[in-house]
Amino acid sequence: METVYLLIVLAPLIGAAVTGLYGRRLGRVGAHRVAIGAVAISCALSFVTLFGQLSGAAEPFNGAVYTWAAIQGLTVEVGFLVDRLTAMMMVVVTFVSLMVHIYTIGYMADDEHNWPAGSGAGVASYQRFFSYINLFTFSMLMLVMANNFMQLFFGWEGVGLVSYLLIGFWLNRPSATFANLKAFLVNRVGDFGFVLGIATVFMYYGSLDYAQVFGTAAQSTGETMTLFGGEALVATVACILLLIGAMAKSAQVPLHVWLPDSMEGPTPISALIHAATMVTAGIFMIARMSPLYEQSVTALSVILVIGGITAFFMGLVGLVQDDIKRVIAYSTLSQLGYMFVALGASAYAAGVFHLMTHAFFKALLFLGAGSVIIAMHHKQDMREMGGLRKYMPVTYWTMLVGTLALIGTPFFSGYYSKDAIIEAVHLAATEGRPGAEFAYWCVLLGVFVTALYSFRLFFLVFHGKERMDAHTREHLHESPRVVTVPLILLAIPSVVIGWFTTGPVLYGDYFGGAIHVAEAHDVLHHMAEEVWHGPVSFGVHALVNPAFWLTVAGVAVTWVLYIARPGLLPGVRRAFGPVGGILERKYGFDALWINGFAGLGRGIGRVLWRGGDAGLIDGVLINGTARTIGRVAALVRGAQSGYLYHYAFAMIIGLLILLTWLVGGWQGWFA
Amino acid sequence: MFEGWPVLSLLIWLPILGGLAVLMTGERAADFSRRLALAISVVVFVLSLALWAGFESGTAAMQFVERTTWIDTFGIEYFLGVDGISMPLVILTTFSTVLVVIAGWEVIRYKPQQYLAAFLVMEGIMVGVFSALDAILFYVFWEAMLIPMFLIIGIWGGPNRIYATLKFFLYTFLGSVLMLVALIYLSYQAGSFAIPDFYGLGLDPAIQTMIFLAFLAAFAVKVPMWPVHTWLPDAHVEAPTGGSVILAAIMLKIGGYGFLRFSLPITPVASVQLDWLMISLSLIAVVYIGLVAIVQSDMKKLIAYSSIAHMGFVTLGFFAIFRIAGSEAVSGSGVVLALEGAAVQMISHGFVSAAMFLCVGVLYDRLHSRRIADYGGVANRMPMFAGFFVMFAMANAGLPGTSGFVGEFMVVLAAFQADFWFAFLAATTLVLAAGYTLWMIKRVVYGEVANEGVAALRDINRREFLILGVLALAVLALGVWPQPLVEVMEPTLSHLANIVMAAN
Repeated sequence: METVYLLIVLAPLIGAAVTGLYGRRLGRVGAHRVAIGAVAISCALSFVTLFGQLSGAAEPFNGAVYTWAAIQGLTVEVGFLVDRLTAMMMVVVTFVSLMVHIYTIGYMADDEHNWPAGSGAGVASYQRFFSYINLFTFSMLMLVMANNFMQLFFGWEGVGLVSYLLIGFWLNRPSATFANLKAFLVNRVGDFGFVLGIATVFMYYGSLDYAQVFGTAAQSTGETMTLFGGEALVATVACILLLIGAMAKSAQVPLHVWLPDSMEGPTPISALIHAATMVTAGIFMIARMSPLYEQSVTALSVILVIGGITAFFMGLVGLVQDDIKRVIAYSTLSQLGYMFVALGASAYAAGVFHLMTHAFFKALLFLGAGSVIIAMHHKQDMREMGGLRKYMPVTYWTMLVGTLALIGTPFFSGYYSKDAIIEAVHLAATEGRPGAEFAYWCVLLGVFVTALYSFRLFFLVFHGKERMDAHTREHLHESPRVVTVPLILLAIPSVVIGWFTTGPVLYGDYFGGAIHVAEAHDVLHHMAEEVWHGPVSFGVHALVNPAFWLTVAGVAVTWVLYIARPGLLPGVRRAFGPVGGILERKYGFDALWINGFAGLGRGIGRVLWRGGDAGLIDGVLINGTARTIGRVAALVRGAQSGYLYHYAFAMIIGLLILLTWLVGGWQGWFA
Repeated sequence: MFEGWPVLSLLIWLPILGGLAVLMTGERAADFSRRLALAISVVVFVLSLALWAGFESGTAAMQFVERTTWIDTFGIEYFLGVDGISMPLVILTTFSTVLVVIAGWEVIRYKPQQYLAAFLVMEGIMVGVFSALDAILFYVFWEAMLIPMFLIIGIWGGPNRIYATLKFFLYTFLGSVLMLVALIYLSYQAGSFAIPDFYGLGLDPAIQTMIFLAFLAAFAVKVPMWPVHTWLPDAHVEAPTGGSVILAAIMLKIGGYGFLRFSLPITPVASVQLDWLMISLSLIAVVYIGLVAIVQSDMKKLIAYSSIAHMGFVTLGFFAIFRIAGSEAVSGSGVVLALEGAAVQMISHGFVSAAMFLCVGVLYDRLHSRRIADYGGVANRMPMFAGFFVMFAMANAGLPGTSGFVGEFMVVLAAFQADFWFAFLAATTLVLAAGYTLWMIKRVVYGEVANEGVAALRDINRREFLILGVLALAVLALGVWPQPLVEVMEPTLSHLANIVMAAN
């Protein structure tokens, strides 16, 4: 089996190297064939792996490939852990990646226009883009298939690197190079915590290998360490430090600030990296670490609160965005919050399941938005769109499917995953998990907000008056097939995947030993007995759920404001005036990070440099000493004759004194 | 194949004599002198690989030992040998010299044969520093090193080179005089000048403290540690590219090497007593210098400060070991891990800092400016170069998969066992290093073409591609598979840990 896993990982890496180094020679078609072929191989083999795991033909695999470093007390082996959790992630990653690869052919077809004339970076930019998304697929696979923390961190930062390169892909745009630096630095703040978390794990569990760490952790529950002068559970410290990493990667408040700006990157990567896969790495990581997180209710409660805040309050910001991609970006933030809430309620399977359904419908929405953007000649402001329905039927219908899945329409995939989260956190609240009550209200009200911003986008883009200029309108047409086929292929799982996977994944034992939940925390098991009676009855069950009616209300309100009675809208805006202002400033988080922390760092740096290095050390100590010597020298200048033998004589005398001191009296000096 | 050959002597004297030969080629045969210098440096590099090939990695013993009396009256010997710590450093030296010779190829127009000769002589001396096992021999090489570097900066340097060279010379010279006194004292105690005889003398703690401080004065300046670091940014700014490469890649390592070869094993008790000082200075280097690096407007200064911050990890790894030994870690103590991490960091920094300075050199050769503000949008004109520069910047920021990650990761893991806050402060480098390096990249490489100078830039030629490509391979190889290096160093470092711990 090991060879198969190696091939899955290495195919995109080789693809990235070939298209990156020989892109110009291969030409555009050659490059995209290589890149797509590589991902297709990975994708096919990932499906083989998944089915092997499902049929029970293959046991979970855990093995080393090579020894990265072996030092007394620490052995790190690069290897793979492939169980059902990994297999599911592999399929999601490679499938969405394949769709995005194909879509890219259409989206990046005329990328030369995005570069200034004569720019060397614009040459073969098409090939370079494929190289990057191949490299991304490799890094993401390394992340999900890792069997140890070092490799996890490698993949973790690897996807961060590619994200950096792709957000800044159009490197002549100031907004893009601002956004990619911001993304990298905010993620580094998270990684700062992540590395310390790894160090905690290594110190107290004695290894970086998952299996060994989980084994030791299981035996040493309740172990404490001293921190900030008090005692804390080792598991709590480790989990919260790792969580900081997850909060940055999965864009949770207050480390979310990079994600909306990341929309500066080309749309295919917004779909792949900043919606479907990379940003879910934090959710995956916590699910993978469930044996650790289960030991710390404190950490889980923190996750609940952070997830709840992100789910509700970031959704609200989505309401006031006019850029089509930014609306979807805030929607992504909010949905990642839902996944966090699931993890915090110990419903890891529900979090990962929502990760999967979200990957399909959110990638679909982004690619749909991209299709709209192509048609609109790369304009992204929804205020200049409207009535696109008749020009782009395939995009319209697939976007509708994606939107319905997102808001949790019964029988769509998003319904099964999101409703499970709401139910699970509700159950956790009744069982007294701290923070669960708060998170419950956040995700419940979040449903209303989701419906509002989703259909606001949908109506603004596809319905109502055609607000674009005449030139754009003349050229409106449906996107080519390389764009629409991926949309259709993503729309299919967005509708049906929940229907037949919810049972085994959420309420059955699909994950088996891959996810560990303490018996007392197992809300999903509880739900399996009380709520789940098959997909049909669960769908019908929606009618007695407040969440469903909130969704309906949300859609209805949007319909009234944007279709039926648009005249009401300015009045509503005025009524919410101050709130709108807060939302438009995004609660001031950007200002906090940019002027606050980044500005502070530069300020301190300047003070230390001017005051410390140049002022104190060089100014006073070094040059000051030199000046003093100069003054003393001026006084004794009389002794300077300028004759060499005078100096030599003085040196010899000095040496003699030194030698006498050394040989004779040395011991006495120190005794 | 090289059984019985005096490999180390060859590695020292071949470049020195070769350097003299290059010097004598005369003014008019510049092309010939370049080829000759290249041939010599390549031969020396290949020869140094024999060290690797013939090295027995299971032992901490000195290998390739050569020992004859030199000055009989004082018992001074010509005593050479390498172990797992010095062998990789010797190879790093010969490797870097090849790069420097190629890097100066058509750039150095003023007295090229003297320039190349200086670097070849420098190479021999540096190999001598790393392989000398006699204290006086070591000291001779140590001081001799200053002369070619003094000349390199003083002759081929920038406009403010006189201030920089004087500062460089005085700083390092003052430090090393104290070291000489300590070495002479030690020889009286040991009855020999052989460095291994200095180990395990069981000196009185008060005397150990004096000796430790004398060594510190010498090594702290070389590393350099805060607050005796201010010569480095000035020296780098004025030095020609080759000088910066050797300065950053090798000379700084000599300070770190000194701590391993002298301070820790000779004065272990003092090392424990003063570890608070060393750890504090190391953490100041990471945090304070990291912050200072952010606000630099000169690329070379920025990378120089970045070097100081990265070397903070080296000294942190060396001196955190005592507190790590007392930790309650499940994995058993991370003492060797800390030393290993610090040693790997030295090698890695040799590659990464060399690459960074070479990248700045590539830009400087074209626009004759090191100021960040004079650039912008370089990627539009030099896409290939931009690729390299971004890659090395990532290595400088410690991205996993590059060599920059390996040492820092190990040191942070180990330092955590000593104290949560050591690891906490050290880990700030993740944010700071990314901040100062990538902000520079943003302003230099990205954006629209900033001015006519940038608009006229031409991408790297084959020679530059070769140098940067080789370094890129080294950086990636060490990041993806550090085990071969780790394996070579491990026995020596764990032996060293035993010596140091046994004395306490």
